[in-house]
Amino acid sequence: MSDKRDLNSTPLLEVSNLSLGFTAGGRTLAAVSGLSFAVAAGETYALLGESGCGKSASALALMRLLPAAGRILGGDVCFEGRELFALPETEMRGVRGGGMAMIFQEPATSLNPVLTVGRQIGEVLARHAGLTGDAAQKRAEKLLAAVGIADPARRLNEYPFQLSGGMKQRVMIAVALAGNPRLLVADEPTTALDVTIQAQILDLLQDLQAEREMGMLLITHDLGVVARMAHRVGVMYAGELVEEAAAADFFATPRHPYTEALFAALPDLSRRGSRLQTIAGQVPTLAAMPAGCRFAPRCPHAWERCRSESPDWSVAGDGHRVRCHLLSEADRRSPVATVVAEAAASTVAASVAAEPVLQVADLKVHFPIRRGILQRTVGHVRAVDGVSLNLTAGRTLALVGESGCGKTTVGKAVLQLLAPTAGSVRLDGREIAGLSRRELRPLRRRMQMVFQDPFASLNPRLTVGEIIAEGMQALLGDARKSAAEMQAAIAALLAQVGLDAGAVDRYPHEFSGGQRQRIAIARALAVQPELLICDEPTSALDVSVQAQILNLLGELQASLGLAYLFITHNFAVVEHLAHEVAVMYLGRIVERGTVEDVLRQPQHPYTKALLSAVPSPKPATGAGGSIIRLPGETPSPSNPPAGCHFHPRCAFATAECRERYPDERALSATRVVRCHLYR
Amino acid sequence: MQPVLLWSDLFIWLLVAAGVIGAWWSARQPLLAAAWARVGRSRPGMAAATLLAAFALVGLLDSLHYRPQLPAKDGEKAAYSIEVLSVLDALLTPLRTRVEKTYSAPLATRAYAKEMLEIRQPDGSVVKQRDYPRLRHGGAALGDDEGRAGADIAGRALRALAVAALVWLALCALVARRIAGHGAPAAASIEPAGEPLAFGAAWCRLWRGDTAFAWNAVLATLGIVLAIACVLAGLAGEYHVFGTDKVGQDVLYQVLKSVRTALVIGLVTTLVTLPLAVFLGIVAGYFRGWIDDLIQYLYTTLNSIPGVLLIAAAVLMMQVVIDTHPQWFATAAERADLRLLALCFILGLTSWTGLARLLRGEALKLRELEYVQAAQAFGVSDLRILGRHLLPNLMHIVIIALVMDFSGLVLAEAVLSYVGIGVDPTMISFGTMINNARMELGREPVVWWSLTAAFAFMFVLVLAANLLADAVRDAFDPRMAR
Amino acid sequence: MLAYIVRRLLYAIPILIGVNLLTFALFFVVNTPDDMARMQLGVKRVTPEAIEKWKAERGYDKPLFVNGAAAGVGAVTETIFFEKSARMFAGDFGRAEDGRDIAREIRTRMVPSLAIALPTFVLGLFVTVSFALLLAFFRATPLDFWGVVLCVAMMSISGLFYIIGGQYLFSKIFRLVPISGFGEGLDALRFLVLPVLIGVVSGIGSSTRWYRTIFLEEINKDYVRTARAKGLSETAVLFGHVLRNALIPILTGVVVVIPLLFMGSLLTESFFGIPGLGSYTIDAINAQDFAVVRAMVFIGSVLYIVGLILTDISYTLVDPRIRFN
Repeated sequence: MSDKRDLNSTPLLEVSNLSLGFTAGGRTLAAVSGLSFAVAAGETYALLGESGCGKSASALALMRLLPAAGRILGGDVCFEGRELFALPETEMRGVRGGGMAMIFQEPATSLNPVLTVGRQIGEVLARHAGLTGDAAQKRAEKLLAAVGIADPARRLNEYPFQLSGGMKQRVMIAVALAGNPRLLVADEPTTALDVTIQAQILDLLQDLQAEREMGMLLITHDLGVVARMAHRVGVMYAGELVEEAAAADFFATPRHPYTEALFAALPDLSRRGSRLQTIAGQVPTLAAMPAGCRFAPRCPHAWERCRSESPDWSVAGDGHRVRCHLLSEADRRSPVATVVAEAAASTVAASVAAEPVLQVADLKVHFPIRRGILQRTVGHVRAVDGVSLNLTAGRTLALVGESGCGKTTVGKAVLQLLAPTAGSVRLDGREIAGLSRRELRPLRRRMQMVFQDPFASLNPRLTVGEIIAEGMQALLGDARKSAAEMQAAIAALLAQVGLDAGAVDRYPHEFSGGQRQRIAIARALAVQPELLICDEPTSALDVSVQAQILNLLGELQASLGLAYLFITHNFAVVEHLAHEVAVMYLGRIVERGTVEDVLRQPQHPYTKALLSAVPSPKPATGAGGSIIRLPGETPSPSNPPAGCHFHPRCAFATAECRERYPDERALSATRVVRCHLYR
Repeated sequence: MQPVLLWSDLFIWLLVAAGVIGAWWSARQPLLAAAWARVGRSRPGMAAATLLAAFALVGLLDSLHYRPQLPAKDGEKAAYSIEVLSVLDALLTPLRTRVEKTYSAPLATRAYAKEMLEIRQPDGSVVKQRDYPRLRHGGAALGDDEGRAGADIAGRALRALAVAALVWLALCALVARRIAGHGAPAAASIEPAGEPLAFGAAWCRLWRGDTAFAWNAVLATLGIVLAIACVLAGLAGEYHVFGTDKVGQDVLYQVLKSVRTALVIGLVTTLVTLPLAVFLGIVAGYFRGWIDDLIQYLYTTLNSIPGVLLIAAAVLMMQVVIDTHPQWFATAAERADLRLLALCFILGLTSWTGLARLLRGEALKLRELEYVQAAQAFGVSDLRILGRHLLPNLMHIVIIALVMDFSGLVLAEAVLSYVGIGVDPTMISFGTMINNARMELGREPVVWWSLTAAFAFMFVLVLAANLLADAVRDAFDPRMAR
Repeated sequence: MLAYIVRRLLYAIPILIGVNLLTFALFFVVNTPDDMARMQLGVKRVTPEAIEKWKAERGYDKPLFVNGAAAGVGAVTETIFFEKSARMFAGDFGRAEDGRDIAREIRTRMVPSLAIALPTFVLGLFVTVSFALLLAFFRATPLDFWGVVLCVAMMSISGLFYIIGGQYLFSKIFRLVPISGFGEGLDALRFLVLPVLIGVVSGIGSSTRWYRTIFLEEINKDYVRTARAKGLSETAVLFGHVLRNALIPILTGVVVVIPLLFMGSLLTESFFGIPGLGSYTIDAINAQDFAVVRAMVFIGSVLYIVGLILTDISYTLVDPRIRFN
């Protein structure tokens, strides 16, 4: 990012006044309006926005690849001096893949499952480079090598399902590069990947871009990725670009109230124990766009002018422009915006030395692998392989790890939704592993779970009232509450999670993602549990909504003394919310300690790498520490490497690491590491 | 008159009751109600539904059976005919009773084949002559003035059309008034119900199709149905509109009677299929393990026997049972009815596998969903999870399968009856009609009317069912709905 | 992959046994052989002696499962179950009512059945897949709309109508081909044209619609968007990407029926007087010849299971995910 570029030269891509919409039921609803930006060769332009803001649709519109319901309503796209919307389809095909190429969010579904990698790359070579046969084969090998795939000749004959997620995305990139494009459109290229893989892919993209002098349009919702990659940033909100600036300016002085709010909603260590700032309300739907500034209904500074008049661009500095009336009437800025540090932190420390609510010792969950003619068990997927945890009331333990490390399985095994293979799970000192369903029933109300996907965790056929009442009826049924009491209890719960009492008779589909997660929390709270297992409760939510849910969880813990087992892959959330952290790798906890210790001074090489891979939205601080890049990807838990599972990826691995799994080693009263480096 | 409840009647009325309960239930379920509302918006779907409703009306009238009282002799206990009639039979008494000798063409006044006739000459002598004999009933009112037949037919048809037009206009006005009363414009559901519309505006809106319910399609179809029905009714009193068959029975009567058979086959079969498929499919998918293995084995085994052969074998065996136990049946109608039901039962037993497999697959997906796990975390019993979380979320598949199966079953009946493993030969159905008439294609000139009438009615019924099935699938398929 | 196929083969054994038991139960437990004899002999000739004679002639006079009177292995083998049901595994189907050996009859009748069914199948598949591809290519255009309307109308027409109408039109009015019958060698050709044509036409409606749905489902997937983003033309996308993937679900429905082609079509063969297995079955049903129906049920299931295994094998050819796992 250090290199200065001449932004005055003719841009590679110039989008002016692009508007597009989607038809539904005979009407066209505008999804994006008046979008204008430019990308120069060698420049990375990041289009940042939350889900539904129209950023992906805009990218597809550039390629003229909108789905059947999409309509381009107006505007021009000028690519290398050619008006794309005026090109006949046959010429446009030359631009697609040849002039600008695109990579997509989901590498698993974006590659054709029944064609070999070589064939999928070869197609582009034949189409845009006129290469076939041996020449194409050679070029394809080169491309695969360029995107960092080992043994490219072999990989060319493989099918996508034989590749890991990170490799698929590398292949996607190779496919995109095959036509030698001048512009790469990357639509959330790392969102579906783990952080360590994300770091690899981002590095790769950056290197390739520098090498090939490509322009890159990076579409993302992740401020960290923007900070890591972008030269310039455009922020989209509800189908409009609201702020545009050079990356450094943007992170130093965000000017639009929406952008400010986004930064304020990011959880991190500095805001621990306090409320995160949230953005009131929700993104307006396409059918009901506000008349004036689209952010006005949610803006803390908005006044009449904002509600009636859509703001035009105001220049806030060199290359920094903002669509906000505040720029011309700065005195209107209300001071409330910086309410951050409310002192709610102290309540937490009150209950410490109590008896643990949850004690997990040497928990194992193995799934058999059946093979062969008789489907005999030939091995086990060791999803969880000896996990021990303790959790006391009022505390939060974060279980962190990448996908496939077994963290969700731990949660389900604790709840006895999965039968543990071995080990003990004690709830309030009582062993619950291996109890029958009958015996388990009275204990079920003490522990509950909040699930990841708010759209899959609520039965769409039941009303909110019925959903919340289900647990009460199943577990508190002996109390035989009257209907009126039940109604009152449900109303109280809804109020507790910040929902209107009128929600009782409505159905889940009428609520937004954040509201649904509140309903899910209310459902869990209905049986007054002591332990709440939160399985990535915010990973499906936008940052501003995530802040609301994190605030709610914090308040509930303070007022009810709940213990949280918080399963996540997001370190920012961990920093904000957790007291203790346990880092998992391939079914085992490799490091455990208080959040300050683990995040400030990680000891295990994996923890260090993980932390260093997280892109930080604050470029200044992120660049400080040494950057560790993990090679390769997480091996399969069905066949973990011998010795320390981490040794093939570890820079410090010794002979001992290859032979023996390290024992637990207590570094202090609260700190445990499993690594041969510490003895 | 002594009411008779045949077994198939019982099932039909049970189905009607189930339909009413289902409608009430889905009205309470907003997602289902929304899906049905989407069906209601579909013009082809609603046109098809209107047609099907007309068929259903015929079928239901034909499902109220009784035994008429024989003219009682003084002082004796009332005796009842062994012939079982339905309300439809009573309405169609002229069609049913006015039987000719043999074939006659549609709207004919004379028979199809020449016969040796004795013609009394004016001078009183009798001359034998081969000619087409005058029909006993067809055009009887014309007397000797047969040349007037064309004019008479046209006149009757026109009068009937006029009546149809009047009734139809009245219906349209009624609907327009209803729309005017509601006032709510359909396209924009966001707007609350507005003030009542002027009648004229409502009328315009109705025909522009700017209503939440596809009234224009319903009314247009109704218009056609009314026109055809009125013309048929106007002519049927005096002529055999669709001709007569080999034994001189009116083809129109046969076609109308066939409707009930088709409906019973198409609907009662699903009564057998649904519980089996739904229960076994969901249980297999939810519990997995050995229960799943067992159920999968069961349906793979059943499935591996080609359908027609399994049905043939089962029907043959059923025939043996029926033939060796004649004492079980009081009337011929009862025997035919039971055979019909047995056929439905056999069809049901052989056709649940497809739906069961589909539901098993969906249940496998649903059981992994988080709301099912949340229920498990509350210790909710498995049976309750099945009923509360799985079944309602699979209902759309069941509804789609139900309407899709119907047309296939109606078509299958005709084929099975042809093969000789269908309904009782004495029972009037599309299959038996086609089977009886197909040999006559070899005749010169061709006897085409029986076949044509049967095929045409069956085509309309099946087409309507297919169109409705399409509309229902589009509306209920979650991939379509968003 | 080999283990997978072997496992599927092994799975066929319990299913065949299940089919065998099921047909046995259907034919001998629901009705006793006495009932069948009564049925066959007709009302007038039913005397206890006649029934016994009828049963003895056909080997139905033995016990169902266990013969207490016979010694040694005979206790199991000299039973109706063993003689009539278990021996079907060895290809022994016994004799029909007219005394002919069923297995031989089946072998000779297979040829005409195949002569009709195979061309119908191949031609039908080609026509319907092409038509479906055409509709998918012109999706959301009037051509697609009217194509679908045509399909729905065609699938609403009874199969009987296609046959009767076709015979009437081509044989009776135009006199292009004989109404029915079958010939030897090349002469058979003129008897085959019409049944094959009718078979193809009657299948167009439902198959085309089904294939079109499959194509449209594939067209909406992510990898198709990738293919378009590469700059490929719509035809290249359709033939190079969509068709390959759509083949997988199409195969499920299609390969299963290939072995069943041996069974012929009941309707076509009986209407066109073709001496194949279909008309054999229909005649047997009408004559209530239980032995033949039983044999056909068994053969049908064997062929179906063969079809299932063929489907599995064809999957491994088309879907690399199965081939390499």
